[in-house]
Amino acid sequence: MATPDDSRTSGIGLQRFGLGARPGQPRDQRDAARESMLAEVARGVVAQPLNPPFSGAAEIGGALFAFEDKERMEREARRVAGQAQAMQVAAAPPNPQAAQNPQAPVAPQAPAAPQNQMAQPAKPPNEPPLPFKTYRDEVVARVQLALEAESGFAERLVQFWSNHFCIAATKSNIGRSMAGAYEREAIRPHVFGRFEEMLVAAESHPAMLDFLDNRLSVGPGSPAGKRRGRGLNENQAREILELHTLGVHGGYSQADVTNLARIITGWTMVGREAVLGFPGSFAFNIGLHEPGTQPLLGKDYAQPGKAQGLAALTDLAHHPATADFIALKLARHFVADEPPPTLVASLSEVFRRTQGDLAAVSRALLESNAAWNAEPSKIRSPQEFLIASYRALSRKADPGQILGPLGVMGQPFWQPSGPNGYPDTNAAWASAEGIKTRIDVAAGWGRQAAGSVPDPRALTEDILGPLASPETRQTVARAESKPQALALMLMSPEFQRR
Amino acid sequence: MADLDDDCEAMTPSRRAVLGAAGALFAWSFVPKFAYAAAGSRDPRFLLVVLRGALDGLSAVPPIGDPDYAGLREGIALTKDGPDAALPLDGFFYLHPAMPNLARLYASGQASIVHAAATGYRERSHFDGQDVLESGQVGPGRTDSGWLNRLIASLPPGETVSRHGVLGVGVVPPLVVRGPAPILGWSPPRMARAGPDLMQRLSDLYGQRDPGLARALTQAIETEAIALRSSMNGDTRGGGGPDSTEGMKRIAEGAAGLVGADDGPRIAALAFEGWDTHANEGGAKGRLAQLLGGLDGALAAFEQGLKPVWKDTVVMVVTEFGRTAKVNGTVGTDHGTGTIAFLVGGAVKGGRMVVDWPGLKPEQLYEKRDLKPTTDIRGVAKGVVSELFGLSGPVLAERVFPGTGALAPMRGLVG
Repeated sequence: MATPDDSRTSGIGLQRFGLGARPGQPRDQRDAARESMLAEVARGVVAQPLNPPFSGAAEIGGALFAFEDKERMEREARRVAGQAQAMQVAAAPPNPQAAQNPQAPVAPQAPAAPQNQMAQPAKPPNEPPLPFKTYRDEVVARVQLALEAESGFAERLVQFWSNHFCIAATKSNIGRSMAGAYEREAIRPHVFGRFEEMLVAAESHPAMLDFLDNRLSVGPGSPAGKRRGRGLNENQAREILELHTLGVHGGYSQADVTNLARIITGWTMVGREAVLGFPGSFAFNIGLHEPGTQPLLGKDYAQPGKAQGLAALTDLAHHPATADFIALKLARHFVADEPPPTLVASLSEVFRRTQGDLAAVSRALLESNAAWNAEPSKIRSPQEFLIASYRALSRKADPGQILGPLGVMGQPFWQPSGPNGYPDTNAAWASAEGIKTRIDVAAGWGRQAAGSVPDPRALTEDILGPLASPETRQTVARAESKPQALALMLMSPEFQRR
Repeated sequence: MADLDDDCEAMTPSRRAVLGAAGALFAWSFVPKFAYAAAGSRDPRFLLVVLRGALDGLSAVPPIGDPDYAGLREGIALTKDGPDAALPLDGFFYLHPAMPNLARLYASGQASIVHAAATGYRERSHFDGQDVLESGQVGPGRTDSGWLNRLIASLPPGETVSRHGVLGVGVVPPLVVRGPAPILGWSPPRMARAGPDLMQRLSDLYGQRDPGLARALTQAIETEAIALRSSMNGDTRGGGGPDSTEGMKRIAEGAAGLVGADDGPRIAALAFEGWDTHANEGGAKGRLAQLLGGLDGALAAFEQGLKPVWKDTVVMVVTEFGRTAKVNGTVGTDHGTGTIAFLVGGAVKGGRMVVDWPGLKPEQLYEKRDLKPTTDIRGVAKGVVSELFGLSGPVLAERVFPGTGALAPMRGLVG
């Protein structure tokens, strides 16, 4: 493998395909970024976050339902206690303690406990409710992994695929609690595996079935459909075709959407009653499944039960339109808004020839000189900007310092405003308001990190190396303060573009 | 915050200088010589609100007078009587009870409602639907510029409207405002602002190394200056996003402050989110009702915030398409076609339903499924902006909405 000889081209590797340099990273590690990324592909394994809050979707489901049940009981207890107190107040002289703070909610177990007695081992103050806490802990676990990664190529692929098959943590308690687990279970294991396996894992994950409503979809001719008169919800079927496989111009019709919706009826999540398994886990519920043969894209699917959906998804994964769609998205993400057509064509060719072997496709991307030599034109997304900045400044994964900045920059983890995920073009992220917000954020990071960086000029050399322009070097050197110098480095064109 | 803001104000070298720089960046080398009629003495304002997710027009403006409506909508049908009765419009159409401000504006002749409307897009992808709605092209994926941007680029330079650019609200500007003409960006501030000296140094660095970032930053500085002059500098940290009642109100207040300022942009676009009601949509109460309440609050915020120029204002509220006529299996609605648009503002010739009602019987529906569109929303948009800004039909058909020569601008919408 020939490494690009131009030092500037070689310097872009960690930025374009990875998550950016860390201080003190050996020169040869950066110059050999291509080899080290290819080695990541060869290993074929993507790291999993350490210490996630729950082991998996089923465990989350159990905890979440228990949490919601407890909340409901407490609300009810508060309501009853409130009524009882109101009656007491009406009947007796006012209680001085209550009068002091009439707004305070009454704790259900210990309404009259003396102040020196702990009512119960309460959760620490400011501890958020379970779904938010779970989300926060998953974010921290994910960021930690990204900060520790040597090159970050695999993590970038995780971000890409997680956004391709996105779910939204904001949809419901289920989404908020399961967003991290979804990525760990449906995306990470398949990044260097087969596309069809990632597709099935994503479409059958409870988080996706909740996000795109298939959880509630009922075949009109199924036992439940006949009994309850409920019916289809075609949301997930539509997005499978439009966003996850063929692409919107992939040649399907409204009838295909409806038929795919019928095909995947019964793909659902076990509810709190735990009839079909552990609450929160995936289940195929035959009682919801539309019986019979369904046509899709000119082919009949007669398989019984869940096998019908698996067969349809496998065919969609191998469809040529899917190969083209994925190739374009990958090249756009890593290389340029308008990527070189030859690169797109070659990625699509590899995808088709290998029937969606994602290790082969990733290898083809890294080995492409067209991908490697393109001018750095893409602006880093807010998530990439945050990770690259934290790596450069040796910051830790503190939740408050992640959620806030990503929120204001418009790209919090797992919260796209629609099922098409976050945009992946400069028009979206290099806007006037976007840049202004980034500067505000960078100014804050500069202030916070100034104490731990001995010399911003040296750090700029270390992080940007051959990429740094004379103008950027001079601008950093002439800054009026260390915090400002760091903000200037983070906002320099060479740090922003990859 | 206050002294930082003062610094910011003092820092801006001179607004004219910044504008000059922006003008130079966009180099009006080619000025089209289309027919152009002056719009009179009015200094008009136009705000476009895009509702992302395909608003259910049959719930927002229910045709309760249609005998087939209640049967299609089952449990989420609205009624003209009872505790949560819909608000009367013309005896056939009603307004969702979550929108009392709009009902008041309609009654006072400051709002019109277009029903059974759609663009020319007939598929059911949100993203393609929004692309057609915002790009102004006849199909998706044709261009990266939006019709409001090209509208400004089609006006003679130096006009008040073109000089002040177009405002795109949000960290990510909506497609409808993107393009060659200057874009101003704004979103509700949520964190401490960087110092003016840092902004200036970056502005210099970008000027030497990166024209794209330089352009974005110049525009950002310009908008900030306008925002400060129109005294929108309160600390508005916190609050919800563009899919919440509070978020919609804050965004509307901010946009009104900028568009209402003497030296502010005359044209703005903003987006509210969360209208994709596949499950548990709700009727008089519930999820959609909450969103409509948020929109209603935003309309009131526009009216309030634009007070001196409200008489010259049109707010147009649009969405990419509608939803199925029939309620679906999960008490929501799936992607449909025909829907509604609102025209609100002192410049609207209001108090009217603009509609050619197609009916709701199966054979009257589009593909036996969706409300059939009988009014092209682009004809409505063309009519509004031609009467507001004095643009001629050919300019609209060639530059702003290319390929729509056969689609006449609808007349008489602006009073």
